Amino acid sequence: MNSNTDTFLSDYEAVYPGLPGSGVKWLDSIRRCGMEEFRAQGLPTGRTEDWKYTRLRSLEDTIFRPATLEDGEVDVNQLPTLFSGDSMVPRIVFVNGCLKTEFSCMDNLPDGVTVDSLRGAMDRDPEWFASHLGQVGCIDGNPLVALNTAMMNSGAVVRVHKDTAVEKPIEMIFVAGLTNGPVAYYPRNLIVMDEGADATFIQHHTGLGGGPYFVNSVTEIEVSGNARLRHYSVQNENVEATHLASIHVRVGCDATYEAFCMSTGGRLSRNESFVRLEGSGGHCGLNGAYMMRGKEHCDNTTLIEHMVPYTSCREVFKGVLDDESRSVFQGKITVHKDAQKTDGRMLSKTLLLSDRAEIDTKPELEIYADDVKCAHGATTGQLNTEALFYLRSRGIPDALARSLLVESFIAEAIEEISHLDVRAAMTGLVASQSSNRRCLGIEISEKSEGYKFE
Amino acid sequence: MLHIKGLHVSVDDTEILKGIDLIIKSGETHAIMGPNGSGKSTLGYALAGRDGYEVTRGEILFKDHDLIEMSPEDRAGAGIFLAFQYPVEIPGVPNTTFLKEALNSVRRYRGEEELDAMEFVKIVREKTKELGIPDDMLKRPVNVGFSGGEKKRNEVLQMAVLNPALAILDETDSGLDIDALKVVANGVNTLRSPERATLVITHYQRLLEHIVPDFVHVLAKGKIQCSGGKELALELEEKGYAEFAQAAE
Ligand SMILES: Nc1ncnc2c1ncn2[C@@H]1O[C@H](COP(=O)(O)OP(=O)(O)OP(=O)(O)O)[C@@H](O)[C@H]1O
Ligand SMILES: [Mg+2]
Repeated sequence: MNSNTDTFLSDYEAVYPGLPGSGVKWLDSIRRCGMEEFRAQGLPTGRTEDWKYTRLRSLEDTIFRPATLEDGEVDVNQLPTLFSGDSMVPRIVFVNGCLKTEFSCMDNLPDGVTVDSLRGAMDRDPEWFASHLGQVGCIDGNPLVALNTAMMNSGAVVRVHKDTAVEKPIEMIFVAGLTNGPVAYYPRNLIVMDEGADATFIQHHTGLGGGPYFVNSVTEIEVSGNARLRHYSVQNENVEATHLASIHVRVGCDATYEAFCMSTGGRLSRNESFVRLEGSGGHCGLNGAYMMRGKEHCDNTTLIEHMVPYTSCREVFKGVLDDESRSVFQGKITVHKDAQKTDGRMLSKTLLLSDRAEIDTKPELEIYADDVKCAHGATTGQLNTEALFYLRSRGIPDALARSLLVESFIAEAIEEISHLDVRAAMTGLVASQSSNRRCLGIEISEKSEGYKFE
Repeated sequence: MLHIKGLHVSVDDTEILKGIDLIIKSGETHAIMGPNGSGKSTLGYALAGRDGYEVTRGEILFKDHDLIEMSPEDRAGAGIFLAFQYPVEIPGVPNTTFLKEALNSVRRYRGEEELDAMEFVKIVREKTKELGIPDDMLKRPVNVGFSGGEKKRNEVLQMAVLNPALAILDETDSGLDIDALKVVANGVNTLRSPERATLVITHYQRLLEHIVPDFVHVLAKGKIQCSGGKELALELEEKGYAEFAQAAE
């Protein structure tokens, strides 16, 4: 135990009565276990192999108090969405981790889909909830899951019932910031896809205003046989935020888990995905992109475990680093002894726009079966100056030309998104991000007016 | 229109162009011929403003403005177009997006309204039809997987869309089949007008039968060794460059 472990739990006794399910026996014992485990392990440090490249210094120099309902006055127009033209997209909204029903929009949820907050889930079907919470995300050896388990104050609990197929995405929106002093919040999400269910969720994490805050998020996912979950996320925390999120997934027979995570913000962000392919025919697509600048640090750490024969995975990450930003990519594919005929592919490509930017890449294959097809690749490069000159020689201003090249670089990851509306929206997001970061072409062409030719 | 005076250009501290003098007036077509490695492409890049092509001496005036001080995009806006000897592949950027951004950038520069998608498509359709370019080449990423000849056609398409005052064609004829050569030559000839000029870099007399030059220059060892009318190209075809290169010794 170290002293800063205490700062996270010191408020526990005060906060506990207000947490969802306080006094409910099974949940109490889960929380206590989480607390003990976190006390025992403390925050991850560089001594743990997985945390060698990402240090949690941002958590050491600040004391975060747990966020409350009173934190954060947010305007509905500030809420992020991928579908700004469509007010009918169902959504559940949390501000600093607290459910805001007035911003949420769940009247038009399709039949067969339930979306609740943690508290709501306790009321709807406590037995079902008890039998799923904590089943996939394990606290052993994972202090951040343990901390979240002790402190979880809200989050979305989703169930898509048997054979329900929904094309239209549902948004889960987490906004943070606009608080009085640094706060921490602990969302805990659970998504259960029953047999044959098919749905798409978009998880937003957005920082509004300045100031440091800490998000420790855990999402547990079960994709049952023949089901498909498309789980897309957009992490755009503010430049002082620390965002530590882990996703724990179990994929059944002939089921598909398709994820895409777009990271564009955060002083320090780490997205961990742990996927177990437990049924034959199971497939996992784990993809993402990140665009960092300033001193931002972005970490994507993934583990895909092939447990049984005939499972497949595909992983494509693309990153663009500017200024002094840093990124870490740790991708591991484990093929267990019985998992013959595994087909696994992993690719990580990074574009460095500045010579002060840095990437640490660690792709890993751990294979115990003998009849498998697995490959990984990782590249790091700079903007292609020849292409840049070609574009500019056609009149395209330098800044716009760079944006085009950045967008085209990231496109390879975005193309993995099978939901076409989401793919288009993500493409738009990348375009606005890449043109935001440098002065726009317009400015340059105005400057050019100096030369007039008749 | 273009006035090059005593131009010296170095690449990586190696002097490639060693004093080029060339005047191109509106309405004229000039051809530059010369052995491999003589500096023809270097001249094209220097005119287009490529980084690393350092002008160590001399000047380039384009419509009385100092070109050397201008960025590549400003030069394009001002009306310079270089058809690359080796067009660059740009994965992930669709050809149409590229053309549209280019055309609108140049239009902004010239103080013209940007075109909306409909107007743009109309212009491009017209040009692709003239040049016999299939529509799917527009949807594909810029030059990626294009055959050698397709890349050259794509250069000519860009030229036709951007409508430059001075077109520099760097071996646009190499790799073209006979029909494509005619199409390309046709594309260049339709642009010919009293307000425009063309600089054709080529190894072959054949192209010059279709794009008939007013002047032919022989570039060897970084200098223009000799200039003449269109007959000079025929003479070169017969005798080769050896004589001219020797003259430089
Ligand atoms: N980075 C460099 N450093 C040194 N020399 C260079 C560099 N780049 C090009 N050169 C040299 O400059 C010379 C001129 O090259 P350039 O491409 O202009 O020739 P060219 O006349 O276009 O030839 P070709 O007919 O083969 O196209 C060549 O000898 C080439 O090797
Ligand atoms: Mg050349």
